[in-house]
Amino acid sequence: MTQTDFLKLVLPFKDKVYRLARRLLVSKEEAEDATQEILIKLWNNKEKIEEYNNVEAFSMTMTKNLCLDRLKSKQAQNLKIVHSNYQDHNVSLQKQMELNDSVDWVSKIMEALPEQQKIIVQLRDIEDYEFDEIAKVLEMNETAVRVALSRARKTIREKLTKKHSYGIN
Amino acid sequence: MGLINIEQLLEKYDNAETSLAEEAQIRAYFAQEEVPPHLESYKLLFQYVSHTKQEQFTKDVPLQPKRKKTYQWISVAAVAVLMLGTYFQMNQMNQTTTLDDLSQEQLMAYNQTMEVFNLVSTKLNKGSAHLGALDLVSTKLNEGAENLVYVKEFNNATNKIIKNK
Repeated sequence: MTQTDFLKLVLPFKDKVYRLARRLLVSKEEAEDATQEILIKLWNNKEKIEEYNNVEAFSMTMTKNLCLDRLKSKQAQNLKIVHSNYQDHNVSLQKQMELNDSVDWVSKIMEALPEQQKIIVQLRDIEDYEFDEIAKVLEMNETAVRVALSRARKTIREKLTKKHSYGIN
Repeated sequence: MGLINIEQLLEKYDNAETSLAEEAQIRAYFAQEEVPPHLESYKLLFQYVSHTKQEQFTKDVPLQPKRKKTYQWISVAAVAVLMLGTYFQMNQMNQTTTLDDLSQEQLMAYNQTMEVFNLVSTKLNKGSAHLGALDLVSTKLNEGAENLVYVKEFNNATNKIIKNK
């Protein structure tokens, strides 16, 4: 497999890998690093990946595992991933204004979700995956995926409504 | 799309029962500007979704083509071949061959060469036998040189005469 072939193979889903990593690791730099690592891993195993019929699902599983590993090791070191794109909402008026930005609002809510729900929401709502694809990536059954998704959506909605009616807490 | 319709869809959405097509419908509905106040919170969610969909991975990935291992070993092989070559060469040079090591043909060639050399040598010896004549000349010359003593004596006599003068 040449470099061009590889890039052609990877191009359709490299952004998805990045977005999933971004959702889990939050920080932009960490997510870029993780994506880079995933792509290099794929490249180094390029002879083997030709045998897989669904490279995308395989890569997403790899990404999920890598990111969860990273989070775990960060927690073990008692370190939080530092990210500049995170807003602390009781400091200045200006920051409060920024927080009014709906995107930041929702991403804050998303960050509070458990990892698994985060992944499911990401794959379903942002990447438009079918339930069976999500089940394959996460190595769990479809019903469990549905239940987790429903729970996540309800949590998001509840928090959104609360924020919306009471403003910033 | 009617309000009741969208509310039903949202209900299904919350229960994770919507299909991808229905979710696309919901997104399309919330992409429009005017949304009833009680659905405002959903709007934020779908704004977020469409915003995140646009995130892209822009970093370059350094992909190094794996060099085939055979190429790397070729230099090693070349060195090995060179070393072996020199080793055998040295060995061969140090080996002394005796007549017993030679094959039939080589022996024949050797013998023939030796014969030729012998022939040349006998001819040369014959030639050197005739050198006796030169020897004779040389002895005669030596005899003549002995006779030169008289000339010396004559010289002495002359010197005496000159002194007396």
